[in-house]
Amino acid sequence: MAAASAAKPPRRRVTHKLSERIIEWLLFLAAASSVAVTVGIVYVLVFESYVFFEYLWKEGRLTEFFTHTRWTPAFDDAEYGILPLLNGTILIAGIALLIAVPFGLTTAIYISEFAGPRAREVIKPIMEILSDVPTVVYGYFAFLFVTPLLKATLFPDISAFNALSAGLVMGIMIIPYVASVSEDAMRAVPMSLREGSFAMGATRLETAIRVVFPAAISGVLAAFILGISRAVGETMIVKIAAGSQPVMTLDPTESAATITAFIVAISHGDLPYGSLAYLSIYAAGLTLFVMTLSFNLIAFFIRKRYREIYE
Amino acid sequence: MNKAVMQSELKTPGVTKPKAECRNLNFFYGSNNALKNINLQIEDRAVTALIGPSGCGKSTLLRCFNRMHDLYPDNRYEGEIKLFPDGINIVSSRVDAIEMRLRIGMVFQKPNPFPKSIYENIAYGLRIRGDRIKKSELDDRVQKALEGAALWNEVKDRLKEPGTSLSGGQQQRLCIARALATDPEIILFDEPTSALDPLSTAKVEELIGELNGKVTILIVTHNMQQAARISKNTVFMYLGEVIEADGTEKVFTNPSQQKTHEYITGRFG
Amino acid sequence: MSEVAAVTFNLKQVRSKLAGRKRADRLYVLVGLSATVLGMITLGALIGSLVIDGSERFSYEFFTNFPSRFPARAGILSAWVGSLLILVVTALIGIPLGVASGIYLEEYAPKNIFTSIIEINVNNLAGVPSIVFGLLALGLFVYVFGLGKSILTGGLTLALLILPVIIVATREAVRAIPPSIREAAYAVGATKWQMIYDHVLPYASAGVLTGTIIGLGRALGETAPLITIGALTFIAYLPAAPLQLEWPFLNFEWLLAGFTVLPIQTYNWTSRPEPAFQANAAAAAFTLLMTTLTINLTAIIFRYRLRRRIKW
Repeated sequence: MAAASAAKPPRRRVTHKLSERIIEWLLFLAAASSVAVTVGIVYVLVFESYVFFEYLWKEGRLTEFFTHTRWTPAFDDAEYGILPLLNGTILIAGIALLIAVPFGLTTAIYISEFAGPRAREVIKPIMEILSDVPTVVYGYFAFLFVTPLLKATLFPDISAFNALSAGLVMGIMIIPYVASVSEDAMRAVPMSLREGSFAMGATRLETAIRVVFPAAISGVLAAFILGISRAVGETMIVKIAAGSQPVMTLDPTESAATITAFIVAISHGDLPYGSLAYLSIYAAGLTLFVMTLSFNLIAFFIRKRYREIYE
Repeated sequence: MNKAVMQSELKTPGVTKPKAECRNLNFFYGSNNALKNINLQIEDRAVTALIGPSGCGKSTLLRCFNRMHDLYPDNRYEGEIKLFPDGINIVSSRVDAIEMRLRIGMVFQKPNPFPKSIYENIAYGLRIRGDRIKKSELDDRVQKALEGAALWNEVKDRLKEPGTSLSGGQQQRLCIARALATDPEIILFDEPTSALDPLSTAKVEELIGELNGKVTILIVTHNMQQAARISKNTVFMYLGEVIEADGTEKVFTNPSQQKTHEYITGRFG
Repeated sequence: MSEVAAVTFNLKQVRSKLAGRKRADRLYVLVGLSATVLGMITLGALIGSLVIDGSERFSYEFFTNFPSRFPARAGILSAWVGSLLILVVTALIGIPLGVASGIYLEEYAPKNIFTSIIEINVNNLAGVPSIVFGLLALGLFVYVFGLGKSILTGGLTLALLILPVIIVATREAVRAIPPSIREAAYAVGATKWQMIYDHVLPYASAGVLTGTIIGLGRALGETAPLITIGALTFIAYLPAAPLQLEWPFLNFEWLLAGFTVLPIQTYNWTSRPEPAFQANAAAAAFTLLMTTLTINLTAIIFRYRLRRRIKW
């Protein structure tokens, strides 16, 4: 008995050690797979875009991508100027921000500084639900509710496809996001700062605007930038409500195409693999990826700096 | 001192001219009776120290004076704290908490300068009052407050820099200057030196000593030597009650209560 | 410092200013509340318009019919079956991968450059527009790996898309378990994996489940990446059933079948010029919206009860 129990444990420990190592390796591989996804994204975007740009280069049309104001990969006399897509993207994201920033910030201040804990427990889940509405449903709403509403009231001449309704609805979609990230930043402001302000005889509004907001400014800025990133990457609302005509206009009542809407529009039809139209969606996708990545990195570093101040 | 006290009876030893007085003051965190029947006078333009073991209610009492408890739900006051000369009851629900905070300043345990410039930190209390003040007058009052807090010489060339760029001790003096700037009738200090190094502590203590006789000061401290050094009167609290309140020298050399004696000789706390 | 006279004089002035300041404070409560309910009003208008526009289509047949050229006969059978199958694939790939990553990052990962690269990467992946995942899938899964425009490709794409959500949820749930539990397990002689498998995983499971439900809810509503990989918009057949009567009883042909999903069907009908199809779109959008809301509400209630139950 004594001999058996003395002999057995070491062998068990060895198998344990091996299986423990294997498990750790499997878990590591799983975690590393997320890096593989990023590498895959960058590889595909860069590789296909490279083929695209190489083709333009050979034809001596490389600068066209950055300077031409027509983007018509599906036409026989195709032109590849990214500017109208950027124009549409920035126009619609801009309209969305005009809605999302003021309303998101007002909401965040309300939830963080005014609402009681019970009200907060009701409001936050509702906001969460709002941000989970599928974008295609928001697209339906923009196209078949908001546009007719605008046509009947403020803008009788508005096109069926227009940047305005897409931007407005996208703005409403982003409000919960901007609000919740800003609110997180404001709630992270130490209570002692608020107490300092209240002890001076400040009201809640004065404390919120003059003390909490400046203290949370970098987090709030990060929220805005992440909001821009979302607006730029949003697809279905734009495709459904704003159309897919790449045009150089800042008139919000006209149709407009964003980078995302173009990718969806052109991959509708069966794209021949390797064709120039097929490659063009990767060039557009790379542009989009670089834009959103930059926004996300800027937000990341702004927030990192802000964390250093308060911890 | 634990029974209800009538109008005429209240007389705290060591107080000649009261600036404020608590009458049958009770305070509740929810159902927890944190302050029990406090009867106490605070001497005008003098330093009064609140001492006692942690959890005795000294900070809770302090925060009644500017209604800080109103910021959190389920807190309740009973009884009154009269503020003289007008005799208004600070803790009455009919009295505006913000108005009381405009009259009574506070300095906290940890320095909490606002995320603004040194100048704007001091000007904050004046600005939120909403009066129109000329730039030159504002400059004057900022300078006076900083001088009052013995900080002017150190910061006069960097008024535009953020308040958080100062050292811990300087930050706390900035917070004192911030409280001084609005000419409050009372300044409450909640363990103002507990987060500071000994050198900064000495400077803040010296500063409070200078304010002695000019403004009414109520200071909570966990440090008995500090209370002995800087205060005129001392209040000893235990388990939510005032055990003894008298001149500081009397409390520390010849206390009338057994509990006080045990505390100041270090038997507990 | 103040003289008695000065105090009483100032008080009048302070009180009159204070009244105005408090008015502004109360006004903001109104402004803040209206900004906060704007979203709810929108949601109300949205649901209302879907109900009104789609009411004529709601029927049993709408859920059991294939799409059709005739709006009144068109239904969402292939769409909801497609959505369901895609979600199964997404869950089977996304959950193990996400939970394993989360466990590794919380329990194993050493503090080194590679770990912080993984962390930053997960953060960044959460911010990549969904359509870019579609481009990845089109270029890699469809053409290079040869998986085709199939349910497998679609499910895999959405699994990668919701990976960050599951990883973050797992990490939060694991982090909420106090170290004392781990020490207790080690103290009775458990190995690291035994400690994780017997203690960390069970205690974290509710939190992980909440995150997973939210992730799957998001996957259900995704449209753009599936269009990009070439999901079909008109499918009048169902993929081979995953279960069959003959041996080996399981059939994996469905994995490589073409598909459509509910959001794509909605999008397709919305884009049709005929108003009759827009009624179908409204009915399909309503179905999609209600399913998503139910899923997310489940997660929220789940999390709420979780928070009440567990007190370490």
